[in-house]
Amino acid sequence: MIRAADDELTIYERSKAGRRAFAPPALDVPERPLDELLPSALRRSEPPRLPEVSEPEIVRHFNRLSKRNFDLDTGFYPLGSCTMKHNPKLHERIAALPGHAKLHPLQDPSRAQGALELMWRLQEALSEIAGLPHVSLQPSAGSHGELAGVLLTRAFHENRGEHRTKVLTPDTAHGTNPATVTMAGYEVVKVGSDAHGNVDLDDLRAKADEDVACLMLTNPSTLGLFETGIEEVAKIVHGVGATLYYDGANLNAIMGICRPGDMGFDIVHFNLHKSFTQPHGGGGPGSGPIAVSDRIEPYLPRPQVVRRERSENGATPYYDLEYDRPKSIGRLRGFQGNYGVFVRSYAYIRSLGAPGLREVSEVAVLNANYLLARLRREGVLEYLPAAHERLCMHEFVLSGAPMKRELQIKTLDLAKRLLDYGVHPPTVYFPLIVDEALLIEPTETETKETLDRFAEIIAEILREAREDPELARNAPYTTPVRRLDEAAAARNPVVRQPL
Amino acid sequence: MTRYTSVTDADLREMLAEIGVQSIEDLFEEIPAQLRLARPLALDHGLAEQEVFEELRALAQRNVSTDDEVSFLGAGMYDHYVPALIDSIILRSEFLTPYTPYQPEISQGGLQAMFEYQTAISELTGLPVSNASVYEGPSAVGAAGYVAKLDNGRGRFVVSRGVHPHSRETLRTLSHGWGIEVVEAPLSEGVTELPALDHSVSAVIIQQPNFLGVVEDLEPLARTAHDAGALLICACDPLPLALLRSPGECGVDIAVGEGQTLGNRLDFGGPSFGFFAATQALMRRVPGRIAGETRDVDGKRGFVLTLQTREQHIRRERATSNICTSQALNALAGVIYLSWLGRRGIVELVELMIQRTAYARERLAGIEGVEPLLEQPVVREFAVKLDAPVERVIARCREHGVNPGYALGTDYPEFSDCLLVAITERRTRADIDRLADALAAALAAERPEYAESGAQS
Amino acid sequence: MADASYPEELLYHSEHDWARVDGDTATFGITWYAQDSLGELVFFEAPAVGTSVTKDQPYAEIESVKAVSDVIAPLSGEVVEVNPGLSGSPETVNEDPYGEGWLVKVKLSDASETESLLDSADYQATLA
Repeated sequence: MIRAADDELTIYERSKAGRRAFAPPALDVPERPLDELLPSALRRSEPPRLPEVSEPEIVRHFNRLSKRNFDLDTGFYPLGSCTMKHNPKLHERIAALPGHAKLHPLQDPSRAQGALELMWRLQEALSEIAGLPHVSLQPSAGSHGELAGVLLTRAFHENRGEHRTKVLTPDTAHGTNPATVTMAGYEVVKVGSDAHGNVDLDDLRAKADEDVACLMLTNPSTLGLFETGIEEVAKIVHGVGATLYYDGANLNAIMGICRPGDMGFDIVHFNLHKSFTQPHGGGGPGSGPIAVSDRIEPYLPRPQVVRRERSENGATPYYDLEYDRPKSIGRLRGFQGNYGVFVRSYAYIRSLGAPGLREVSEVAVLNANYLLARLRREGVLEYLPAAHERLCMHEFVLSGAPMKRELQIKTLDLAKRLLDYGVHPPTVYFPLIVDEALLIEPTETETKETLDRFAEIIAEILREAREDPELARNAPYTTPVRRLDEAAAARNPVVRQPL
Repeated sequence: MTRYTSVTDADLREMLAEIGVQSIEDLFEEIPAQLRLARPLALDHGLAEQEVFEELRALAQRNVSTDDEVSFLGAGMYDHYVPALIDSIILRSEFLTPYTPYQPEISQGGLQAMFEYQTAISELTGLPVSNASVYEGPSAVGAAGYVAKLDNGRGRFVVSRGVHPHSRETLRTLSHGWGIEVVEAPLSEGVTELPALDHSVSAVIIQQPNFLGVVEDLEPLARTAHDAGALLICACDPLPLALLRSPGECGVDIAVGEGQTLGNRLDFGGPSFGFFAATQALMRRVPGRIAGETRDVDGKRGFVLTLQTREQHIRRERATSNICTSQALNALAGVIYLSWLGRRGIVELVELMIQRTAYARERLAGIEGVEPLLEQPVVREFAVKLDAPVERVIARCREHGVNPGYALGTDYPEFSDCLLVAITERRTRADIDRLADALAAALAAERPEYAESGAQS
Repeated sequence: MADASYPEELLYHSEHDWARVDGDTATFGITWYAQDSLGELVFFEAPAVGTSVTKDQPYAEIESVKAVSDVIAPLSGEVVEVNPGLSGSPETVNEDPYGEGWLVKVKLSDASETESLLDSADYQATLA
């Protein structure tokens, strides 16, 4: 292990034999010899080498670590495709209520009616937002929802006696799409984009045949542009009997404006950690519910949350977990999903209501277009042109290729220099079809002043680069650590503390 | 304007002017008119914060939580005590609100916490490579199966009937897409009995302790799997690993499990986290995020996401998994909890549980109409046979504020007369005595002849 | 890192691989362009000695921090030797892609396949 003098110690390096934070309750039952209860042949000879620290040390250690993190509550986080919107503080108070937090997943449904009703109501709301009638809350994340969608597609075709082998994804797709396709046992076929940033309809027509099970699409696309030809896309895909899958990562642009179900999508997944404010937690937890059309409904995962008009003992209405689903694809995980996330998302939907959700999308799109316009006014777009000359939706892509040519700094260098200005960089090098891509999504919870400031900062960094490109190339300077040797970490991975 | 947006009329005028449009409507002009939603969403109006709170509180009050009853319900998630320091740390903005650490220079807190978590899981499982967590237990079993498939390309999994029913079902759902056949190995006297294995077997999957609470002997199972060239995957309850021989030591190739008991709440089943640890040989096939140590340009130690070429954002269709995230906040709670327990504390905790479990097993066995299902060693969960319909006994106990456990017949027709009872450090001797009284009373009510002879012997 | 170069004596495949033919065996590697596009290389898993490789088909993968790429066989044959130094120091491929950074040596099954490969000038033309 490397150790420099001013390193932040790990908790193992702070450990000292004999220290402790936990004291067990006293043994209140007759003590039996351990060998009688658990033969020594089944026991380990040495306990696992966990830390030995007191409570004050633990608290100080993790507090110190926390101060080496940038976070959304502290600063602007325009990460394209991630929808870094404010996490309402009310939600933590609600999620901590014992009736929600201390409920065992196998509690009898008759004694979990509050939870099941909440889940049912959330399903109804998501169904309305998506424009599709049936919802499963089971998948644990967006990519999990994608997997569910492709497995549902497989079940749909198999039930018709068909065994298709291919799934189409656009070349702008998020990496989870092709990875999901392979995990579901299909072959990935890429569909190109046209000069306007939309799916190339000619390429789609050429590749859509009766061996294609599904087309996976995001709308707006990962370029932040609305697929204006979506109706034609749906016609082509349905015309060969395939399903149309909607990756809900960009839902923040269209809530209350238009609905994927109305565009012809059969299956939609939501990212509750994007549009529905589940805190990102540094990389999870999230939740990826799906909404589907009538013809896909029989295959939904098991169990489903349902509402019955009358229970066995006459209670009305009665919310239940339905397991008897003969055509279901089965389970994708244990129990019934990330309930703690449902509580927060449901609270959000109740807080905003129909007018509030529509306003979210209006302001998300307003903020993105405004930021693009401000960057144009600052002269930024001369070095970082928008990938397509169109109105964007809730996010937009710039290309750093001219900046690289003329100022000798790359998108990566710009991102690292942004760290010195106290702003989280946008998403870099995605989507893949844009050279030196910079994907910017401000979200609706940012003020105009924050957007103005961001545009000024980018302009300033470009000015710096014109004078001295080395400045950005060696950035950042003011962060807890500077640029890290990722190649060394990948060549000789050290993934745990040696003890 | 809602409470989370800030666009005033003045702001709006300036912004529209800067963009060069007349109204917000103009920004949506590319959307074909026939696709526009012609009405508001059929959802209620938004509510004030206190109204939302009251509604969500009313829903909470219609749930019977572990605060409302003495619960012996386990079967995959358990009512442990979550120490106060966990919330005080994980609810900090700096841990709660950031994204995945793609810019490591400003994410050292999260990345170092992942590294410390990976170390703790490696210690518990006895395997050198742990990732930064996956969604939860049963899908971790599925992810392990996918790794086996990538590793040896064979077409069959052998999964023990002792593996959690949700994990077995999840594995089947996923395997269907891979064209992999899943066959079940039976339990005999409460432990896994492996059939003869041939070279079609990609992996053997077992659980430790198994769903009946029984401790399996992992080493012979590992030998049998390896003799056939198959991997051994073990789904583990993490706390008993403080006492049990580690999976790594016994020859397990991949150890996964449900992490809820490590500092996370029940939350009606999620979110929690799954852990995933493997041998060095499998390192480059492990799914999910992995934090690694390195240096910065000044020579300072730092941590980065490493081996990213395994993952979807680079390898795309050839990724080791489609997983995009981890369960970072839940895994953080996990490493804080394991640090709080500490090296001695975790042993003391599990020894306390094993003693109370033994006491509970004995007390219940002494009740007329209750018989232990098995005699094998258990750690914190065990099954008893009841001489009356299990569902009715459970209902009666509940009326007296005791949730006696899980009706095994839900998933195991061969054990339809059995109850699965779970012990945690929250269940005191007094609670166990209360369980015994409640069971005795319930059985007496169901079987009047017991009431005559006395419900306890 | 070496400067861009494409030695005259080598043969090139359009997927950015080179072959140095010596009688009935050939040495394969990736070109300067390939290593420059990938960035600092971190991992190369060589196929086992004895594996058959087929012209135009991938025979291995090479990884940098941020990318994975198939390595395409310029010619068909059987692997007779793999570069032992690469598992410890894959960055050798960046530093010396045509010398110390060779990947595998292959006993050729069909020497006439060399006719479809490009010379240095023609390969460089494809990069323009």
